[in-house]
Amino acid sequence: MADTLPVIETWGLVRRFGEVTAVNGLTLEVRRGEVFGFLGHNGAGKTTTVRLLNGVLSASDGKVRVLGLDPALEGPALRRRTGVLTENPSLDERLSARENLEIYAALYDVPVAETRRRVADLMGQFDLGERAGDKAGSYSKGMKQRLALARALLHAPELIFLDEPTAGLDPVAARDVRELIMHLSREEGRTVFLCTHNLVEAQRLCDRVAVLDSGRLIAIGTPAELGQKVGQRRTVEVEASRETVQQALSLLRAMPGLAEVQTGDHGSVISFSGVPHEGIPRVVAALVEAGVRLYRVTPQEPSLEDIYFALYEEANGGRQPAGGGTR
Amino acid sequence: MNWRAMRAVIRKDLTVVLRSKAVILPIILLPLIMQVILPAVFGAAAYFLPEDSEEVDDLGPLLDAFPEALRAEIESLEPNQLFFMLMTVYTFAPMYLIVPLMTSSVIAADSFVGERERKTLEALLYTPLTDMELIVAKLLTGWIPALVVAVVSFLLYMLVVNAVGWPLIGRLFFPNWTWIVLVFWVAPAVSMLGLGLTVVFSSRVQTFQEAYQLGSMGVLPIVALMLGQIAGLFFLSVVLSLLVGLLLWVVDAILLWFSVQTFQRSELLARM
Ligand SMILES: Nc1ncnc2c1ncn2[C@@H]1O[C@H](COP(=O)(O)OP(=O)(O)OP(=O)(O)O)[C@@H](O)[C@H]1O
Ligand SMILES: [Mg+2]
Repeated sequence: MADTLPVIETWGLVRRFGEVTAVNGLTLEVRRGEVFGFLGHNGAGKTTTVRLLNGVLSASDGKVRVLGLDPALEGPALRRRTGVLTENPSLDERLSARENLEIYAALYDVPVAETRRRVADLMGQFDLGERAGDKAGSYSKGMKQRLALARALLHAPELIFLDEPTAGLDPVAARDVRELIMHLSREEGRTVFLCTHNLVEAQRLCDRVAVLDSGRLIAIGTPAELGQKVGQRRTVEVEASRETVQQALSLLRAMPGLAEVQTGDHGSVISFSGVPHEGIPRVVAALVEAGVRLYRVTPQEPSLEDIYFALYEEANGGRQPAGGGTR
Repeated sequence: MNWRAMRAVIRKDLTVVLRSKAVILPIILLPLIMQVILPAVFGAAAYFLPEDSEEVDDLGPLLDAFPEALRAEIESLEPNQLFFMLMTVYTFAPMYLIVPLMTSSVIAADSFVGERERKTLEALLYTPLTDMELIVAKLLTGWIPALVVAVVSFLLYMLVVNAVGWPLIGRLFFPNWTWIVLVFWVAPAVSMLGLGLTVVFSSRVQTFQEAYQLGSMGVLPIVALMLGQIAGLFFLSVVLSLLVGLLLWVVDAILLWFSVQTFQRSELLARM
Protein backbone atom coordinates (compact mmCIF):
# COMPACT_ATOMS: atom_id res chain seq x y z
CA MET A 1 0.00 0.00 0.00
CA ALA A 2 2.75 2.43 1.00
CA ASP A 3 4.38 1.86 -2.36
CA THR A 4 1.57 3.49 -4.23
CA LEU A 5 1.83 6.68 -2.21
CA PRO A 6 3.63 9.48 -3.97
CA VAL A 7 7.24 9.88 -2.90
CA ILE A 8 7.06 13.65 -3.07
CA GLU A 9 3.99 15.81 -2.74
CA THR A 10 3.90 19.58 -2.57
CA TRP A 11 0.98 21.94 -2.29
CA GLY A 12 1.43 25.61 -3.09
CA LEU A 13 5.06 25.60 -2.04
CA VAL A 14 6.58 29.09 -1.80
CA ARG A 15 10.03 30.34 -0.91
CA ARG A 16 10.94 34.00 -0.95
CA PHE A 17 14.34 35.64 -0.57
CA GLY A 18 13.54 39.25 0.19
CA GLU A 19 12.02 40.61 -3.01
CA VAL A 20 12.75 37.49 -5.05
CA THR A 21 10.24 34.65 -5.06
CA ALA A 22 12.44 31.69 -5.95
CA VAL A 23 9.64 29.10 -5.75
CA ASN A 24 6.14 30.34 -6.37
CA GLY A 25 3.15 28.14 -5.55
CA LEU A 26 4.62 24.82 -6.62
CA THR A 27 2.19 21.91 -6.55
CA LEU A 28 3.44 18.58 -7.81
CA GLU A 29 3.65 14.87 -7.17
CA VAL A 30 6.51 12.47 -7.81
CA ARG A 31 5.76 8.75 -7.95
CA ARG A 32 7.84 5.93 -6.60
CA GLY A 33 10.43 4.55 -8.99
CA GLU A 34 10.17 7.20 -11.64
CA VAL A 35 12.83 9.47 -13.04
CA PHE A 36 11.27 12.87 -12.59
CA GLY A 37 12.74 15.68 -14.64
CA PHE A 38 12.73 19.15 -13.15
CA LEU A 39 13.37 21.44 -16.03
CA GLY A 40 14.06 25.14 -16.01
CA HIS A 41 16.67 27.62 -17.04
CA ASN A 42 19.07 29.46 -14.73
CA GLY A 43 17.36 30.93 -11.70
CA ALA A 44 14.10 29.07 -12.29
CA GLY A 45 14.17 27.75 -8.71
CA LYS A 46 15.38 24.16 -9.16
CA THR A 47 18.08 24.17 -6.50
CA THR A 48 15.85 26.03 -4.07
CA THR A 49 13.18 23.36 -4.54
CA VAL A 50 15.65 20.55 -3.82
CA ARG A 51 16.67 22.36 -0.63
CA LEU A 52 13.05 22.76 0.44
CA LEU A 53 12.29 19.12 -0.25
CA ASN A 54 15.18 18.02 1.98
CA GLY A 55 14.41 20.36 4.82
CA VAL A 56 17.68 22.24 4.60
CA LEU A 57 15.80 25.41 3.74
CA SER A 58 12.45 26.35 5.19
CA ALA A 59 9.44 27.18 3.07
CA SER A 60 7.79 30.60 3.25
CA ASP A 61 4.42 29.02 2.56
CA GLY A 62 2.75 25.82 1.39
CA LYS A 63 2.91 22.16 2.37
CA VAL A 64 5.40 19.41 1.59
CA ARG A 65 5.55 15.66 2.24
CA VAL A 66 8.58 13.70 1.15
CA LEU A 67 8.60 9.94 1.80
CA GLY A 68 5.64 10.61 4.04
CA LEU A 69 7.63 13.01 6.22
CA ASP A 70 7.52 16.74 6.77
CA PRO A 71 10.99 18.02 5.78
CA ALA A 72 10.79 21.01 8.10
CA LEU A 73 10.03 18.92 11.20
CA GLU A 74 11.49 15.51 10.39
CA GLY A 75 14.52 16.58 8.37
CA PRO A 76 17.07 14.22 9.96
CA ALA A 77 14.86 11.15 9.50
CA LEU A 78 14.11 12.20 5.93
CA ARG A 79 17.71 12.90 5.00
CA ARG A 80 18.68 9.39 6.10
CA ARG A 81 16.64 8.15 3.15
CA THR A 82 17.53 10.73 0.52
CA GLY A 83 20.77 11.22 -1.32
CA VAL A 84 21.64 14.56 -2.87
CA LEU A 85 24.15 15.44 -5.53
CA THR A 86 24.51 19.16 -5.01
CA GLU A 87 25.09 21.57 -7.85
CA ASN A 88 28.63 22.17 -6.65
CA PRO A 89 30.36 18.85 -5.81
CA SER A 90 30.97 20.16 -2.28
CA LEU A 91 33.91 17.84 -1.63
CA ASP A 92 36.60 18.36 0.97
CA GLU A 93 39.50 19.01 -1.34
CA ARG A 94 42.12 18.60 1.37
CA LEU A 95 40.90 15.07 2.09
CA SER A 96 41.55 12.06 -0.08
CA ALA A 97 38.71 10.69 -2.15
CA ARG A 98 38.45 7.70 0.16
CA GLU A 99 38.39 9.86 3.28
CA ASN A 100 35.61 11.93 1.74
CA LEU A 101 33.50 8.80 1.34
CA GLU A 102 34.41 7.21 4.67
CA ILE A 103 33.45 10.30 6.61
CA TYR A 104 30.11 10.55 4.86
CA ALA A 105 29.51 6.86 5.46
CA ALA A 106 29.72 7.61 9.18
CA LEU A 107 27.51 10.68 8.78
CA TYR A 108 24.88 8.55 7.04
CA ASP A 109 25.19 5.76 9.58
CA VAL A 110 26.41 3.12 7.15
CA PRO A 111 27.31 0.16 9.42
CA VAL A 112 31.01 0.25 10.31
CA ALA A 113 31.53 -3.31 9.13
CA GLU A 114 30.15 -2.45 5.70
CA THR A 115 31.78 0.92 5.20
CA ARG A 116 35.08 -0.31 3.82
CA ARG A 117 33.48 -2.60 1.28
CA ARG A 118 30.80 -0.12 0.26
CA VAL A 119 33.40 2.60 -0.29
CA ALA A 120 35.65 0.29 -2.29
CA ASP A 121 32.71 -0.95 -4.39
CA LEU A 122 31.53 2.53 -5.23
CA MET A 123 35.02 3.75 -6.05
CA GLY A 124 35.39 0.79 -8.37
CA GLN A 125 32.00 1.32 -9.94
CA PHE A 126 32.81 4.98 -10.59
CA ASP A 127 36.25 4.20 -11.95
CA LEU A 128 38.06 5.98 -9.15
CA GLY A 129 39.64 2.93 -7.54
CA GLU A 130 43.16 3.64 -8.71
CA ARG A 131 43.18 7.16 -7.36
CA ALA A 132 41.23 6.53 -4.17
CA GLY A 133 44.11 7.75 -2.02
CA ASP A 134 44.64 11.02 -3.91
CA LYS A 135 43.37 14.34 -2.58
CA ALA A 136 39.96 15.18 -3.98
CA GLY A 137 41.39 18.60 -4.86
CA SER A 138 43.67 16.95 -7.42
CA TYR A 139 40.73 15.39 -9.27
CA SER A 140 39.43 16.61 -12.62
CA LYS A 141 35.94 18.07 -12.81
CA GLY A 142 34.48 14.84 -14.14
CA MET A 143 36.15 12.78 -11.42
CA LYS A 144 34.91 15.16 -8.74
CA GLN A 145 31.41 14.82 -10.09
CA ARG A 146 31.66 11.03 -10.00
CA LEU A 147 33.04 11.12 -6.48
CA ALA A 148 30.21 13.38 -5.34
CA LEU A 149 27.75 11.02 -6.99
CA ALA A 150 29.31 8.05 -5.20
CA ARG A 151 28.97 9.96 -1.95
CA ALA A 152 25.29 10.61 -2.60
CA LEU A 153 24.71 6.87 -3.08
CA LEU A 154 26.74 5.58 -0.11
CA HIS A 155 23.76 4.91 2.12
CA ALA A 156 21.65 3.42 -0.69
CA PRO A 157 18.99 6.15 -0.55
CA GLU A 158 15.56 5.36 -1.94
CA LEU A 159 15.09 8.90 -3.24
CA ILE A 160 17.92 10.55 -5.11
CA PHE A 161 18.16 14.23 -6.01
CA LEU A 162 20.55 15.09 -8.79
CA ASP A 163 21.12 18.78 -9.38
CA GLU A 164 22.48 19.07 -12.92
CA PRO A 165 24.55 15.90 -12.74
CA THR A 166 26.04 16.22 -16.21
CA ALA A 167 26.80 19.95 -16.18
CA GLY A 168 30.36 20.51 -17.37
CA LEU A 169 31.05 16.87 -18.18
CA ASP A 170 32.45 15.72 -21.52
CA PRO A 171 30.11 13.63 -23.71
CA VAL A 172 31.52 10.30 -22.56
CA ALA A 173 31.34 11.16 -18.88
CA ALA A 174 27.84 12.57 -19.36
CA ARG A 175 26.75 9.36 -21.06
CA ASP A 176 28.12 7.30 -18.18
CA VAL A 177 26.17 9.38 -15.70
CA ARG A 178 22.99 8.99 -17.75
CA GLU A 179 23.46 5.25 -17.88
CA LEU A 180 23.89 5.23 -14.15
CA ILE A 181 20.65 7.15 -13.68
CA MET A 182 18.83 4.63 -15.86
CA HIS A 183 20.36 1.82 -13.86
CA LEU A 184 19.35 3.37 -10.53
CA SER A 185 15.80 3.72 -11.67
CA ARG A 186 15.18 0.66 -13.85
CA GLU A 187 17.23 -1.95 -12.02
CA GLU A 188 17.34 -0.70 -8.47
CA GLY A 189 13.89 0.83 -8.34
CA ARG A 190 15.02 4.10 -6.88
CA THR A 191 13.21 7.35 -7.44
CA VAL A 192 15.28 10.02 -9.13
CA PHE A 193 14.53 13.74 -9.02
CA LEU A 194 16.63 15.17 -11.81
CA CYS A 195 17.20 18.91 -12.10
CA THR A 196 18.44 19.90 -15.48
CA HIS A 197 18.30 22.49 -18.17
CA ASN A 198 19.48 19.95 -20.69
CA LEU A 199 16.39 19.15 -22.71
CA VAL A 200 17.81 16.19 -24.58
CA GLU A 201 18.83 14.65 -21.29
CA ALA A 202 15.38 15.11 -19.80
CA GLN A 203 13.75 13.63 -22.86
CA ARG A 204 15.98 10.59 -22.86
CA LEU A 205 15.87 9.84 -19.17
CA CYS A 206 12.67 11.06 -17.64
CA ASP A 207 9.38 9.31 -17.19
CA ARG A 208 7.76 12.62 -16.39
CA VAL A 209 8.89 16.18 -16.62
CA ALA A 210 7.91 19.36 -14.85
CA VAL A 211 8.78 22.65 -16.47
CA LEU A 212 9.56 25.48 -14.13
CA ASP A 213 9.73 29.15 -15.01
CA SER A 214 10.54 31.86 -12.47
CA GLY A 215 9.49 29.55 -9.67
CA ARG A 216 6.16 28.68 -11.24
CA LEU A 217 5.24 25.31 -12.70
CA ILE A 218 4.19 25.87 -16.28
CA ALA A 219 3.67 22.24 -17.32
CA ILE A 220 3.94 18.71 -16.00
CA GLY A 221 3.53 15.32 -17.69
CA THR A 222 5.33 12.70 -19.74
CA PRO A 223 7.43 14.09 -22.56
CA ALA A 224 4.72 12.75 -24.94
CA GLU A 225 1.89 14.42 -23.02
CA LEU A 226 3.70 17.70 -23.04
CA GLY A 227 4.15 17.17 -26.77
CA GLN A 228 0.41 17.05 -27.25
CA LYS A 229 0.01 20.33 -25.44
CA VAL A 230 2.05 21.98 -28.11
CA GLY A 231 0.77 19.77 -30.93
CA GLN A 232 0.40 22.66 -33.35
CA ARG A 233 4.13 23.01 -33.38
CA ARG A 234 4.89 19.46 -34.36
CA THR A 235 6.47 19.19 -37.77
CA VAL A 236 5.59 16.72 -40.48
CA GLU A 237 8.08 15.46 -43.05
CA VAL A 238 7.05 14.23 -46.47
CA GLU A 239 9.28 12.70 -49.08
CA ALA A 240 8.18 13.16 -52.69
CA SER A 241 9.74 12.01 -55.95
CA ARG A 242 12.28 14.39 -57.45
CA GLU A 243 10.01 15.31 -60.32
CA THR A 244 7.02 16.25 -58.16
CA VAL A 245 8.75 17.87 -55.22
CA GLN A 246 8.48 21.42 -56.54
CA GLN A 247 4.80 20.90 -57.19
CA ALA A 248 4.32 19.59 -53.67
CA LEU A 249 6.17 22.57 -52.28
CA SER A 250 3.96 25.11 -54.01
CA LEU A 251 0.79 23.22 -53.08
CA LEU A 252 1.79 23.10 -49.42
CA ARG A 253 2.76 26.76 -49.38
CA ALA A 254 -0.69 27.63 -50.70
CA MET A 255 -2.55 25.61 -48.08
CA PRO A 256 -4.10 27.70 -45.29
CA GLY A 257 -2.75 27.17 -41.73
CA LEU A 258 0.53 25.58 -42.71
CA ALA A 259 3.72 27.16 -41.48
CA GLU A 260 7.45 26.75 -41.83
CA VAL A 261 7.18 24.94 -45.16
CA GLN A 262 10.72 24.20 -46.30
CA THR A 263 12.76 21.68 -48.21
CA GLY A 264 15.28 19.56 -46.40
CA ASP A 265 18.89 18.82 -47.25
CA HIS A 266 18.26 16.29 -49.98
CA GLY A 267 15.83 18.33 -51.94
CA SER A 268 13.16 15.64 -51.97
CA VAL A 269 12.08 16.03 -48.37
CA ILE A 270 9.74 18.82 -47.29
CA SER A 271 8.88 19.68 -43.73
CA PHE A 272 6.04 21.82 -42.47
CA SER A 273 4.15 22.52 -39.26
CA GLY A 274 0.83 23.99 -38.21
CA VAL A 275 -1.25 20.87 -38.89
CA PRO A 276 -2.81 19.01 -35.97
CA HIS A 277 -2.45 15.22 -36.02
CA GLU A 278 -6.00 14.71 -37.33
CA GLY A 279 -5.33 17.11 -40.22
CA ILE A 280 -2.47 15.12 -41.75
CA PRO A 281 -4.60 12.74 -43.91
CA ARG A 282 -6.31 15.72 -45.53
CA VAL A 283 -2.98 17.23 -46.52
CA VAL A 284 -1.76 13.91 -47.88
CA ALA A 285 -4.96 13.42 -49.90
CA ALA A 286 -4.63 16.87 -51.43
CA LEU A 287 -1.05 16.16 -52.48
CA VAL A 288 -1.88 12.75 -53.98
CA GLU A 289 -4.89 14.08 -55.83
CA ALA A 290 -2.72 16.73 -57.43
CA GLY A 291 -0.42 13.98 -58.71
CA VAL A 292 2.44 14.27 -56.24
CA ARG A 293 4.16 10.92 -55.79
CA LEU A 294 4.72 10.47 -52.05
CA TYR A 295 7.14 7.91 -50.66
CA ARG A 296 6.94 8.77 -47.01
CA VAL A 297 4.94 10.88 -44.53
CA THR A 298 6.47 11.19 -41.05
CA PRO A 299 4.89 13.24 -38.27
CA GLN A 300 7.86 14.21 -36.03
CA GLU A 301 7.41 13.84 -32.31
CA PRO A 302 8.06 17.29 -30.91
CA SER A 303 11.30 17.45 -29.00
CA LEU A 304 11.27 18.60 -25.45
CA GLU A 305 13.10 21.59 -26.76
CA ASP A 306 10.12 22.58 -28.92
CA ILE A 307 7.86 22.01 -25.96
CA TYR A 308 10.01 24.04 -23.67
CA PHE A 309 10.15 27.05 -25.93
CA ALA A 310 6.48 26.83 -26.75
CA LEU A 311 5.53 26.69 -23.09
CA TYR A 312 7.87 29.46 -22.27
CA GLU A 313 6.42 31.70 -24.95
CA GLU A 314 2.93 30.84 -23.77
CA ALA A 315 3.80 31.74 -20.17
CA ASN A 316 5.57 34.93 -21.12
CA GLY A 317 3.27 36.36 -23.77
CA GLY A 318 5.29 35.34 -26.78
CA ARG A 319 8.76 36.29 -25.57
CA GLN A 320 11.63 33.87 -26.14
CA PRO A 321 13.71 32.99 -23.09
CA ALA A 322 16.71 35.26 -22.87
CA GLY A 323 19.72 33.50 -24.33
CA GLY A 324 17.64 30.37 -24.66
CA GLY A 325 17.79 30.36 -28.44
CA THR A 326 21.24 28.85 -28.38
CA ARG A 327 20.07 25.60 -26.85
CA MET B 1 22.92 12.59 19.93
CA ASN B 2 24.51 10.59 17.14
CA TRP B 3 28.06 10.43 18.46
CA ARG B 4 29.47 8.42 15.61
CA ALA B 5 28.37 11.02 13.10
CA MET B 6 29.60 13.80 15.35
CA ARG B 7 32.98 12.12 15.67
CA ALA B 8 33.08 11.94 11.88
CA VAL B 9 32.49 15.69 11.63
CA ILE B 10 35.20 16.35 14.20
CA ARG B 11 37.60 14.01 12.43
CA LYS B 12 36.85 15.64 9.10
CA ASP B 13 37.29 19.19 10.34
CA LEU B 14 40.42 18.42 12.31
CA THR B 15 42.04 16.57 9.41
CA VAL B 16 41.24 19.48 7.13
CA VAL B 17 42.47 21.99 9.70
CA LEU B 18 45.73 20.17 10.31
CA ARG B 19 46.42 20.26 6.58
CA SER B 20 46.05 24.03 6.42
CA LYS B 21 49.13 26.18 6.97
CA ALA B 22 47.05 29.24 7.84
CA VAL B 23 45.72 27.32 10.82
CA ILE B 24 48.56 25.13 11.89
CA LEU B 25 51.25 27.82 11.95
CA PRO B 26 49.71 29.97 14.70
CA ILE B 27 48.91 26.85 16.71
CA ILE B 28 52.57 25.80 16.68
CA LEU B 29 54.34 29.16 16.63
CA LEU B 30 52.38 30.88 19.36
CA PRO B 31 53.12 28.37 22.15
CA LEU B 32 56.70 28.22 20.96
CA ILE B 33 57.14 31.98 21.33
CA MET B 34 55.11 32.34 24.50
CA GLN B 35 56.12 29.23 26.35
CA VAL B 36 59.71 28.74 25.28
CA ILE B 37 61.34 31.81 23.78
CA LEU B 38 59.89 34.48 26.07
CA PRO B 39 60.70 32.75 29.39
CA ALA B 40 64.21 32.09 28.10
CA VAL B 41 64.57 35.79 27.33
CA PHE B 42 63.32 36.71 30.82
CA GLY B 43 65.79 34.27 32.28
CA ALA B 44 68.69 35.83 30.36
CA ALA B 45 67.53 39.33 31.31
CA ALA B 46 67.31 38.40 34.98
CA TYR B 47 70.77 36.91 34.83
CA PHE B 48 72.40 40.07 33.61
CA LEU B 49 70.27 42.39 35.71
CA PRO B 50 72.38 44.90 37.69
CA GLU B 51 71.76 44.97 41.44
CA ASP B 52 69.69 48.14 41.76
CA SER B 53 68.10 48.33 38.32
CA GLU B 54 64.98 50.28 37.37
CA GLU B 55 63.30 47.15 36.05
CA VAL B 56 62.88 45.88 39.56
CA ASP B 57 61.59 49.27 40.74
CA ASP B 58 59.04 49.13 37.93
CA LEU B 59 57.61 46.05 39.55
CA GLY B 60 56.77 48.14 42.63
CA PRO B 61 53.03 48.56 42.01
CA LEU B 62 52.70 44.86 41.30
CA LEU B 63 54.36 44.06 44.60
CA ASP B 64 52.08 46.46 46.47
CA ALA B 65 49.10 44.40 45.44
CA PHE B 66 50.64 41.24 46.87
CA PRO B 67 49.03 39.75 49.94
CA GLU B 68 50.98 39.93 53.22
CA ALA B 69 51.78 36.24 53.32
CA LEU B 70 53.52 36.25 49.97
CA ARG B 71 55.29 39.52 50.54
CA ALA B 72 57.39 37.99 53.33
CA GLU B 73 58.59 35.24 51.04
CA ILE B 74 59.32 37.61 48.21
CA GLU B 75 61.23 40.11 50.27
CA SER B 76 63.82 37.49 51.04
CA LEU B 77 64.69 37.19 47.35
CA GLU B 78 67.54 38.80 45.47
CA PRO B 79 66.39 41.41 42.90
CA ASN B 80 67.19 39.21 39.90
CA GLN B 81 65.43 36.23 41.48
CA LEU B 82 62.48 38.44 42.20
CA PHE B 83 62.39 39.79 38.65
CA PHE B 84 62.45 36.35 37.09
CA MET B 85 59.82 34.90 39.41
CA LEU B 86 57.48 37.81 39.10
CA MET B 87 57.72 37.85 35.34
CA THR B 88 57.31 34.13 34.78
CA VAL B 89 54.83 33.30 37.51
CA TYR B 90 52.64 36.41 37.78
CA THR B 91 53.03 38.94 34.97
CA PHE B 92 53.12 36.26 32.38
CA ALA B 93 50.19 34.24 33.66
CA PRO B 94 47.47 36.10 31.72
CA MET B 95 49.56 35.94 28.54
CA TYR B 96 49.53 32.18 28.73
CA LEU B 97 45.78 32.31 28.15
CA ILE B 98 46.32 33.74 24.67
CA VAL B 99 47.47 30.31 23.47
CA PRO B 100 44.23 28.36 24.01
CA LEU B 101 42.21 31.38 22.91
CA MET B 102 43.98 31.63 19.57
CA THR B 103 43.86 27.88 19.03
CA SER B 104 40.13 27.65 19.45
CA SER B 105 39.33 30.74 17.43
CA VAL B 106 41.54 29.86 14.49
CA ILE B 107 40.07 26.37 14.28
CA ALA B 108 36.52 27.64 14.67
CA ALA B 109 37.12 30.23 11.96
CA ASP B 110 38.21 27.45 9.64
CA SER B 111 35.46 25.02 10.51
CA PHE B 112 32.59 27.53 10.45
CA VAL B 113 33.56 30.16 7.89
CA GLY B 114 36.33 28.33 6.01
CA GLU B 115 33.94 25.51 5.33
CA ARG B 116 31.44 27.90 3.81
CA GLU B 117 34.22 29.52 1.78
CA ARG B 118 35.32 26.15 0.44
CA LYS B 119 31.70 25.33 -0.37
CA THR B 120 31.78 22.06 1.54
CA LEU B 121 29.06 23.08 3.97
CA GLU B 122 26.14 22.29 1.70
CA ALA B 123 26.81 18.56 1.49
CA LEU B 124 27.16 18.46 5.26
CA LEU B 125 23.78 20.14 5.68
CA TYR B 126 22.17 17.41 3.57
CA THR B 127 23.24 14.73 6.06
CA PRO B 128 20.90 13.41 8.77
CA LEU B 129 22.75 15.32 11.50
CA THR B 130 20.51 17.62 13.51
CA ASP B 131 21.40 21.27 13.85
CA MET B 132 22.30 20.61 17.49
CA GLU B 133 24.60 17.70 16.67
CA LEU B 134 26.27 19.75 13.99
CA ILE B 135 27.03 22.73 16.19
CA VAL B 136 28.13 20.63 19.15
CA ALA B 137 30.49 18.68 16.86
CA LYS B 138 31.87 21.90 15.44
CA LEU B 139 32.34 23.41 18.89
CA LEU B 140 34.19 20.33 20.08
CA THR B 141 36.35 20.53 16.97
CA GLY B 142 37.70 23.82 18.25
CA TRP B 143 37.56 23.14 21.96
CA ILE B 144 39.36 19.81 22.25
CA PRO B 145 42.54 20.90 20.46
CA ALA B 146 42.55 24.13 22.49
CA LEU B 147 42.52 22.09 25.71
CA VAL B 148 45.30 19.86 24.43
CA VAL B 149 47.37 22.85 23.38
CA ALA B 150 46.71 24.53 26.75
CA VAL B 151 47.97 21.53 28.72
CA VAL B 152 50.90 20.79 26.43
CA SER B 153 52.11 24.37 26.41
CA PHE B 154 51.72 24.54 30.18
CA LEU B 155 53.92 21.46 30.57
CA LEU B 156 56.41 22.97 28.15
CA TYR B 157 56.40 26.21 30.10
CA MET B 158 56.89 24.38 33.38
CA LEU B 159 59.91 22.63 31.92
CA VAL B 160 61.47 25.75 30.43
CA VAL B 161 60.81 28.05 33.38
CA ASN B 162 62.22 25.62 35.90
CA ALA B 163 65.21 24.83 33.72
CA VAL B 164 66.03 28.45 32.93
CA GLY B 165 65.35 29.46 36.54
CA TRP B 166 67.39 26.70 38.14
CA PRO B 167 70.80 28.47 38.16
CA LEU B 168 69.07 31.60 39.44
CA ILE B 169 66.70 30.27 42.05
CA GLY B 170 68.12 26.88 42.85
CA ARG B 171 64.84 25.02 43.31
CA LEU B 172 61.72 24.02 41.41
CA PHE B 173 59.40 26.95 41.97
CA PHE B 174 56.80 26.50 39.23
CA PRO B 175 53.83 26.06 39.10
CA ASN B 176 51.87 27.58 41.94
CA TRP B 177 48.18 27.04 42.63
CA THR B 178 47.12 30.03 40.57
CA TRP B 179 48.61 28.36 37.52
CA ILE B 180 46.82 25.11 38.19
CA VAL B 181 43.56 27.04 38.26
CA LEU B 182 44.52 28.89 35.10
CA VAL B 183 45.30 25.73 33.16
CA PHE B 184 42.36 23.61 34.23
CA TRP B 185 39.65 26.16 34.92
CA VAL B 186 40.36 29.45 33.17
CA ALA B 187 42.00 28.17 29.97
CA PRO B 188 39.04 25.93 29.02
CA ALA B 189 36.73 28.90 29.59
CA VAL B 190 38.92 31.19 27.52
CA SER B 191 38.98 28.61 24.71
CA MET B 192 35.22 28.53 24.78
CA LEU B 193 35.17 32.33 24.63
CA GLY B 194 37.23 32.28 21.42
CA LEU B 195 34.86 29.70 19.98
CA GLY B 196 31.71 31.51 20.98
CA LEU B 197 32.88 34.84 19.61
CA THR B 198 33.97 33.27 16.33
CA VAL B 199 30.70 31.40 15.90
CA VAL B 200 28.61 34.45 16.71
CA PHE B 201 30.59 36.54 14.22
CA SER B 202 30.83 33.77 11.65
CA SER B 203 27.36 34.44 10.30
CA ARG B 204 28.28 38.04 9.57
CA VAL B 205 31.56 37.60 7.77
CA GLN B 206 32.55 36.05 4.47
CA THR B 207 36.12 34.92 4.92
CA PHE B 208 38.20 32.81 7.28
CA GLN B 209 40.54 35.75 7.92
CA GLU B 210 37.77 38.09 9.04
CA ALA B 211 36.29 35.46 11.33
CA TYR B 212 39.67 34.72 12.86
CA GLN B 213 40.35 38.39 13.50
CA LEU B 214 36.99 39.02 15.10
CA GLY B 215 37.22 35.84 17.17
CA SER B 216 40.57 36.98 18.53
CA MET B 217 38.86 39.91 20.18
CA GLY B 218 38.68 37.58 23.16
CA VAL B 219 42.27 38.66 23.72
CA LEU B 220 41.04 41.99 25.11
CA PRO B 221 40.00 40.73 28.56
CA ILE B 222 43.33 38.91 28.75
CA VAL B 223 45.25 42.10 28.01
CA ALA B 224 43.11 43.90 30.59
CA LEU B 225 44.01 41.25 33.13
CA MET B 226 47.69 41.60 32.37
CA LEU B 227 47.77 45.40 32.45
CA GLY B 228 45.65 45.51 35.59
CA GLN B 229 48.09 43.28 37.38
CA ILE B 230 51.15 45.20 36.21
CA ALA B 231 49.50 48.44 37.33
CA GLY B 232 48.96 46.90 40.75
CA LEU B 233 45.17 47.04 40.58
CA PHE B 234 44.94 43.45 41.68
CA PHE B 235 46.98 40.34 42.19
CA LEU B 236 46.07 37.20 40.31
CA SER B 237 45.49 35.02 43.33
CA VAL B 238 43.85 31.62 43.31
CA VAL B 239 40.54 33.14 44.37
CA LEU B 240 40.68 35.85 41.73
CA SER B 241 41.56 33.29 39.07
CA LEU B 242 38.60 31.17 40.11
CA LEU B 243 36.37 34.22 39.86
CA VAL B 244 37.75 35.26 36.48
CA GLY B 245 37.12 31.73 35.25
CA LEU B 246 33.59 31.80 36.60
CA LEU B 247 32.87 35.11 34.90
CA LEU B 248 34.20 33.76 31.60
CA TRP B 249 32.07 30.63 31.89
CA VAL B 250 28.99 32.79 32.37
CA VAL B 251 29.86 34.83 29.29
CA ASP B 252 30.52 31.56 27.45
CA ALA B 253 27.15 30.18 28.43
CA ILE B 254 25.45 33.25 26.99
CA LEU B 255 27.50 33.11 23.78
CA LEU B 256 26.85 29.40 23.36
CA TRP B 257 23.16 29.77 23.95
CA PHE B 258 23.12 32.48 21.31
CA SER B 259 25.19 30.38 18.88
CA VAL B 260 22.94 27.37 19.22
CA GLN B 261 19.86 29.53 18.71
CA THR B 262 21.20 31.08 15.52
CA PHE B 263 22.83 27.97 14.08
CA GLN B 264 20.03 26.69 11.89
CA ARG B 265 20.83 25.03 8.62
CA SER B 266 17.94 26.78 6.88
CA GLU B 267 19.40 30.13 7.88
CA LEU B 268 22.92 29.11 6.88
CA LEU B 269 21.81 28.18 3.39
CA ALA B 270 19.63 31.23 2.97
CA ARG B 271 22.70 33.36 3.55
CA MET B 272 24.93 31.38 1.24
N1 LIG C 1 20.20 32.19 -0.61
C1 LIG C 1 19.61 32.99 -1.50
N2 LIG C 1 19.49 34.29 -1.27
C2 LIG C 1 18.88 35.11 -2.15
N3 LIG C 1 18.36 34.71 -3.32
C3 LIG C 1 18.45 33.41 -3.63
C4 LIG C 1 19.08 32.48 -2.74
N4 LIG C 1 19.03 31.25 -3.29
C5 LIG C 1 18.40 31.40 -4.47
N5 LIG C 1 18.04 32.70 -4.68
C6 LIG C 1 17.33 33.22 -5.85
O1 LIG C 1 16.25 32.37 -6.14
C7 LIG C 1 16.12 32.18 -7.53
C8 LIG C 1 16.16 30.70 -7.85
O2 LIG C 1 17.46 30.22 -7.61
P1 LIG C 1 17.85 28.69 -7.79
O3 LIG C 1 19.27 28.57 -7.40
O4 LIG C 1 16.87 27.85 -7.08
O5 LIG C 1 17.70 28.48 -9.35
P2 LIG C 1 18.12 27.24 -10.25
O6 LIG C 1 16.92 26.85 -11.02
O7 LIG C 1 18.77 26.21 -9.44
O8 LIG C 1 19.17 27.92 -11.23
P3 LIG C 1 20.49 27.32 -11.92
O9 LIG C 1 20.08 26.59 -13.14
O10 LIG C 1 21.27 28.56 -12.27
O11 LIG C 1 21.18 26.47 -10.91
C9 LIG C 1 17.22 33.00 -8.18
O12 LIG C 1 16.68 34.21 -8.58
C10 LIG C 1 18.21 33.19 -7.08
O13 LIG C 1 18.89 34.40 -7.24
MG1 LIG D 1 20.57 25.38 -9.47
